[in-house]
Amino acid sequence: MPSAEPHKQRRGLVAIDGAMALIAIILIVQMWLLSATLETYLAGHTGAVVPAALFSGLLFSGCLALNLFVDRVDRGTWHS
Amino acid sequence: MTFFRNPSKEPLWKEEFSVLASDERYVTRRQFTKFLTLASLGMFVGNLWILLRSRFARARQFSSVKIAQVGEIPVRGVKLFTYPTPQDHCIMVRTGDDEYVAYSQKCTHLSCAVYYSAENDRLECPCHRGFFSIKDGSVLQGPPPRPLPQVTLVRDGSKLLATGVKGT
Repeated sequence: MPSAEPHKQRRGLVAIDGAMALIAIILIVQMWLLSATLETYLAGHTGAVVPAALFSGLLFSGCLALNLFVDRVDRGTWHS
Repeated sequence: MTFFRNPSKEPLWKEEFSVLASDERYVTRRQFTKFLTLASLGMFVGNLWILLRSRFARARQFSSVKIAQVGEIPVRGVKLFTYPTPQDHCIMVRTGDDEYVAYSQKCTHLSCAVYYSAENDRLECPCHRGFFSIKDGSVLQGPPPRPLPQVTLVRDGSKLLATGVKGT
C-alpha cells in the first residue's frame, strides 16, 4: 500500500482532526437539543418540537458534510 | 461516501486495515468519524420521533366516573380517589360552597404524594417542599418542573363526576 509524503499526511491529519472536533461539537449540541425537546414535550409544550427537528436535521446535514470532507481528505492523502 | 461500499472496488481488508502504522491513524479516525455521524443521525431520528408523536398522538379517552356526592366533604375538606386507573391516585379539595378542584396526587418532581395544606391553601409535597397552587395546580415553589395534572370535574345532579385529566 503506497504511503503519501509526510507533510501531506500531516496536513491531512490536521484537517481530519479539525473536522472530527466540529462533528463532536455538533453531536453534543444535538444531544442537548434532543433532551431539551423531550423534556418540553413531556411537559406538554409542543411549540418547540418542529424547530428542534429542523435544527437537528440541519446539524445532521453539517455532520454528514464534514464526514464527506473527512472521507475526501482521507482518500486524497492516503491513496495518493 | 463510504457508508455503503461499492463491491467492485478493492477488498474490504485493504480499505480497513493498513499496512503502515502511520496510515492506521487515518483508518481509526475515519471509522470514528463515521460512528459520530451515525450517532448524529440517531439524534436527528430521535427529534423526528418526538415530532411524529406530537403530531399523530391520539387524544386519550377518559371514562366518566363518580367521585363523590355534592356536600359529602366540608369546605376545605379533602377526598382521595383514584382516576382514571386504580394506580392513579388523585386528591379532591372543596375550595368553596360550590367549588371543587381535583388533581393528580403524584408530585411532578419525584412522584411523592402531595397533600392539601388548609392553613396555606395550597398543595404541598413533603419530600422536597414543592408547593402547588390550589387554583390551577401551577408550581408555586420548589423543584417540581411542571404543574399537577388536573382532573376535570363535572356536576351531575348531586353527583360529582371525573371526566378527564388535563396536563398529563
